[in-house]
Amino acid sequence: MENWRRQPWVFATFIGPGTLWLLLFFLLPLGWIWLFAVGEREGPVDIVVTWTLENYREALQPVYLQLFLKTFLIALVSTAICLVVAFPVALAICFAPERYKNVLLLLVILPFWTNMLIRTYAMIAMLRQNGFVNDGIGLLWTGLKYLLTPIGMDGLMGERFAPLPLLYNNTAVVLGIVYVYLPFMVLPLYANLEKLDRSLIEASLDLGASQVRTFFEIIVRLARPGIVSGIILVFIPALGTFLISDLLGGPDSQLIGNVVERQFRAANNLPLGAALSFLLLYLTFLALALRAWFAARAEKADA
Amino acid sequence: MRNPIGPLEFTRRGWVRLWLLAVFVFLYAPIVILIAFSFNQSRRNIVWTGFTTDWYGRALNNASLIEAFTNSIMIALISTVLSVILGGLLALGLYRFRFPGKPVLDGVAALPIVIPEICLGVALLVFYARVGWPVGLPWPLNLSQVIIGHVVFSFPFVAVVVRARMEGFDRSLEEASKDLGASEWQTFWNVTLPYMKTGLIAGALLAMTLSLDDFVITFFTSGPETITFPVKIYSMVRQSVTPEVNAASTILILFTVLLTVIALKFQKPSEGVG
Repeated sequence: MENWRRQPWVFATFIGPGTLWLLLFFLLPLGWIWLFAVGEREGPVDIVVTWTLENYREALQPVYLQLFLKTFLIALVSTAICLVVAFPVALAICFAPERYKNVLLLLVILPFWTNMLIRTYAMIAMLRQNGFVNDGIGLLWTGLKYLLTPIGMDGLMGERFAPLPLLYNNTAVVLGIVYVYLPFMVLPLYANLEKLDRSLIEASLDLGASQVRTFFEIIVRLARPGIVSGIILVFIPALGTFLISDLLGGPDSQLIGNVVERQFRAANNLPLGAALSFLLLYLTFLALALRAWFAARAEKADA
Repeated sequence: MRNPIGPLEFTRRGWVRLWLLAVFVFLYAPIVILIAFSFNQSRRNIVWTGFTTDWYGRALNNASLIEAFTNSIMIALISTVLSVILGGLLALGLYRFRFPGKPVLDGVAALPIVIPEICLGVALLVFYARVGWPVGLPWPLNLSQVIIGHVVFSFPFVAVVVRARMEGFDRSLEEASKDLGASEWQTFWNVTLPYMKTGLIAGALLAMTLSLDDFVITFFTSGPETITFPVKIYSMVRQSVTPEVNAASTILILFTVLLTVIALKFQKPSEGVG
């Protein structure tokens, strides 16, 4: 690496455009919102920065705190499901024969090339009242009833199949988040497992540890950086979800993202919206700091 | 006779295969059904009544849908080009130079990757409104708000990818080039850039994907007079769901997959080089 002073013009050409872009279109807008969060509304559009903490106080009212808690829980559950679902997939791809590896990876990434809105929309058709999941269960139900009738046990099953309320509730939101963000979990896990020293797994098995013990004590431990990256990659977007909860959720599935959106668009209470979105940001930073802390601890343990 | 399953041959175990199958069904069933029902005669998206391509005809005759579609493709193309340029330059600068404030720039450049999209979305919404961003510009300048937003979250990704590629670069090649009398520019063009190419293509692919996949930033940055594909579909979904939406979505899916396949083909031959 060379000192920038040796070639200031080359340095400026390389660093300048990106830095300028970040300053103008990233830091400036965010800074603006940050100031709004400590401002007050004056008239229909004007906002005066008065360094008040009133907006944060309002954003920390029980109504919004509950909302934060709910968003946090939904994001947590979705991330956990993603992890459990993705781990065997990543492991299988990793140990698959060379020639299948790329195909399997491509299959995981392919849905990611479809617009997120379209994927969420596709989920509606699956889950709604007369959707495919309900139709499928209904078909099974009818079949079972048909089988049970001759032995006089059809009474157990009721007159008609009542479609399950799959859409417009929190379960649908969790399912939607898992569906949209699953590739984000598989890829870092795969990247991590791929680098893993296989002789360690073999050694563990040779020394008599069971597959299960080897999995938890060797593979999972060694995959920890990948697990942490995957969790961050799913958890943070899940925290900010607003499209999925908007389309798949019911009246009680409003998440913090939906409320932020409403403050900025319909309700036009910018200071409150700004305070809420910055609380969301602080929560994100907390998650990132936790990751850094974990990474530092792991490094220490290795040393 | 088949070989017994080795301890590490997870893909040959029944439950792993079943798991993989279930996950792929989960990932693909909704999309496959969405595509299948774009060919369904029934207006109500529920029962299969017969094959038709009418919905494609309707989607293609829907002027505002076509406009939204072209807008989104244009946004993706321009933001990809800008992201590759900005990200590539930044990666090179960070790779090559030592300067005060480098960790800060490193950190700030990583921020757009990690913060929730909605925070950036509302920030840009307020920013454009407050600076009085010009409206009613001729096409494609009227898309500038969305394009700028897409570049903000795409170019840091490009920078990460390109920088990872540069890690393996042998800087003595550049020195040799300069010792042999090449100028700074010639060295960049003939030595550094060819090496970066794989990283740049991968970055471009990623930027394109991110742009086409995005809904949130597009939703917040597109003004009332610019229609983009995701926002158009969003309003169609909210009003009533007709197979027209399925047809339009299918066209976008096909387009993206085709684009990526082409890009992957492009990337293949140069993979072994360098």
